[in-house]
Amino acid sequence: MSGIGLLIPIALLLGLSGLAAFMWSLSTGQFDDLEGAGERILINDDPEVQERR
Amino acid sequence: MTAIVEHSEFSLPGVRCAACIAKIEQGLAHVPGVRSARVNLTAKRIAIDHDAGLDVPALRSALDALGFAAEPVIAQSGDLAHRRESRQLLKGLGVAGFASMNIMLLSVSVWSGADGATRQLFHWLSAMIAMPTVAYAGQPFFRSAWSALRHGRTNMDVPISIGVLLATALSLFETITGGAHAYFDGAVSLIFFLLAGRYLDSAMRDRARDGAGALMRAMAPGGMVLLPDGRAEWRSAEDIAPGMALLVSAGERFAADGRVEEGSSAIDRSLISGESRPEPVDAGSAVIAGSLNLTGPVTVRVTATGRDTTIAGMARLMEAAGQGRSRYVRIADRAARYYAPAVHTLAAASFVGWMIAGAGWHASLLIAVAVLIVTCPCALGLAVPVAQVVASGALMRRGLLVKDGSALERLAEADRVCFDKTGTLTLGRPEVVSIEALNPAECSAALALARASNHPLSRSLARTLAENGSRAADAKDIREIAGKGVEGHVGGRLARLGRPEWVGTAAAADDMLCCAFLIDGGAPRLLRFADRLRPDAEEAVARIARLGMEPVILSGDRREAVAAIAGQVHAPAMVGMTPDQKVETINRLTRAGHHVLMVGDGLNDGPALAAGHVSIAPSSASDVGQNAADIVFLGDSLLPVPIAVVAARRTMRIVRQNFALAIGYNILAVPLALLGMVTPLIAAIAMSTSSIIVVANALRLARCTR
Repeated sequence: MSGIGLLIPIALLLGLSGLAAFMWSLSTGQFDDLEGAGERILINDDPEVQERR
Repeated sequence: MTAIVEHSEFSLPGVRCAACIAKIEQGLAHVPGVRSARVNLTAKRIAIDHDAGLDVPALRSALDALGFAAEPVIAQSGDLAHRRESRQLLKGLGVAGFASMNIMLLSVSVWSGADGATRQLFHWLSAMIAMPTVAYAGQPFFRSAWSALRHGRTNMDVPISIGVLLATALSLFETITGGAHAYFDGAVSLIFFLLAGRYLDSAMRDRARDGAGALMRAMAPGGMVLLPDGRAEWRSAEDIAPGMALLVSAGERFAADGRVEEGSSAIDRSLISGESRPEPVDAGSAVIAGSLNLTGPVTVRVTATGRDTTIAGMARLMEAAGQGRSRYVRIADRAARYYAPAVHTLAAASFVGWMIAGAGWHASLLIAVAVLIVTCPCALGLAVPVAQVVASGALMRRGLLVKDGSALERLAEADRVCFDKTGTLTLGRPEVVSIEALNPAECSAALALARASNHPLSRSLARTLAENGSRAADAKDIREIAGKGVEGHVGGRLARLGRPEWVGTAAAADDMLCCAFLIDGGAPRLLRFADRLRPDAEEAVARIARLGMEPVILSGDRREAVAAIAGQVHAPAMVGMTPDQKVETINRLTRAGHHVLMVGDGLNDGPALAAGHVSIAPSSASDVGQNAADIVFLGDSLLPVPIAVVAARRTMRIVRQNFALAIGYNILAVPLALLGMVTPLIAAIAMSTSSIIVVANALRLARCTR
């Protein structure tokens, strides 16, 4: 019983933090451009390296 | 200077990949005054934060300089409201998903034998998770059910709301009195599955709305107004009034209807007439808002603005034609109309029946709730959107964008096809057909001149020459003479490319698109252009005919121009039609009981596209055409049209199967519920199994375009 008393709050807290993370990412617009997010990893965002080439 | 940060959005149809994003964002970072720029690849838009000193035309030309045509987007309040609705559904989905997972875990422990104080604790925990979840995530259903009831109607959301609320209330009662069963898991996972369907549906409609307002975008958002004191100032379209003088440079769209006062140019009216040939204008000629000024700057005296312009009249015609389609009842709504009353009756009957049998109000109510939950339309709610989302995903991989889920339902019903000619059966852009008239030296000289001009014929010639491996000659003093052509010195000799009379030769037949080229000392060369048939057009029309749909060509062009095309694709043609006549023809077919698929581009087809039961436009179509159409296909080939028809018919077959599966599964569980044998376990299994089967069945559509 003491195991349950410890584990259930932990499980719920973990779930809630996941939910909070989802809400946060939704409200900061991270789901607005799913295609773009996938493409952006290909961008070389170090301008110096690009110029040297 | 105190810089106020302003926000502007542009639509960028040309953005395709990571390289484009990087080029635009890094390029704009170097523009002074730009605070930040972010490209949205999904919506093909860019949001720019910039100083107030930087205006819309400046940003636009900066984007142009980077190689991307941009149109300013005026944010529409309706657009935003719908996007907020989708986001609200997604939030609810997240909450319901979290809650149903946790409650299900607790419930499984109860089913597998948790007893006494543990069961009590678990039930209380479930209640604490479920109550806020129902209150938050259930809102879309409660609101819709309430508004239906207030107007004396009923819809699918009424049994859902009653079921969820009754189940939650009863479970709370059970929990307080220490009963054996609680239905929290059922109530919450019901909301979860239904929200999933609702969200998919709303995401589909959002995509449809992205194109909305394109007509207003086709009209320039504003223009340079010549003030009485001689200065020129940029004014947005709504601030332009009749009587003002408008300075329109080459490559800009007219912001209002008017009459040319000064200067001469060629304008591209393809947006309005569908005609790809540029039309020369000079002092006195009338110009129409939305058409593109091609070659030279002109001053225009404004005659009509806003809702009085020709293009706005076309928009009203389109709206009127679209009315018929908005009366179309989606298949899910039609099903709901029969399903909801049946479910109510069944639940009420079981309550009354058990009361009469003497089971007591508590047990009777419990059984009635079980019936409501088991017959829950969550699989039914998923049946249509899942199938449509999977099918439109498959179509997207084949280059077809489905803007509205109901488009597939309507396309499956279509039994007639009307094609526009210019830009639909043909490519809608002039292609040079007599390039062999030029020798290599002339080719490179012509390329040098053609590259210098924005005229459609020059652009086409430059593209063809470059494809044939010509290298541009070294040309000096290149200048473009508005309405005539381009001239320059190549190797010390004067070379001219432009209208045949100006170059010094006679045009062949006056209906041919042609231009002439001459190097001093050589013979004048006549270059002919023609609007070629789309690749696979014959095959596509033949396939459509094999699918049992009768094709017909509706063209605004003259008989001679259409006859050749009609012969090639083996379809009858109606010629010389105005936009109104096209709409009338479609309406006549509709009255005769046919469902018409309209395939067209251009603003002149807009009303016809809206009048058709369903419509398809090529991506080369004007914004207006794309906006009016339900489906847009990419690329030159016409084959996507029959592919879309086949996919739509398969989708409808799957949707019907899904309905059968969902209802069939519920029918199996209903007798058990009526007999009072449905435990929470059975309700949960029945509900999720039917939903999963429906989703799995819809996934077969991933290959529907083969």
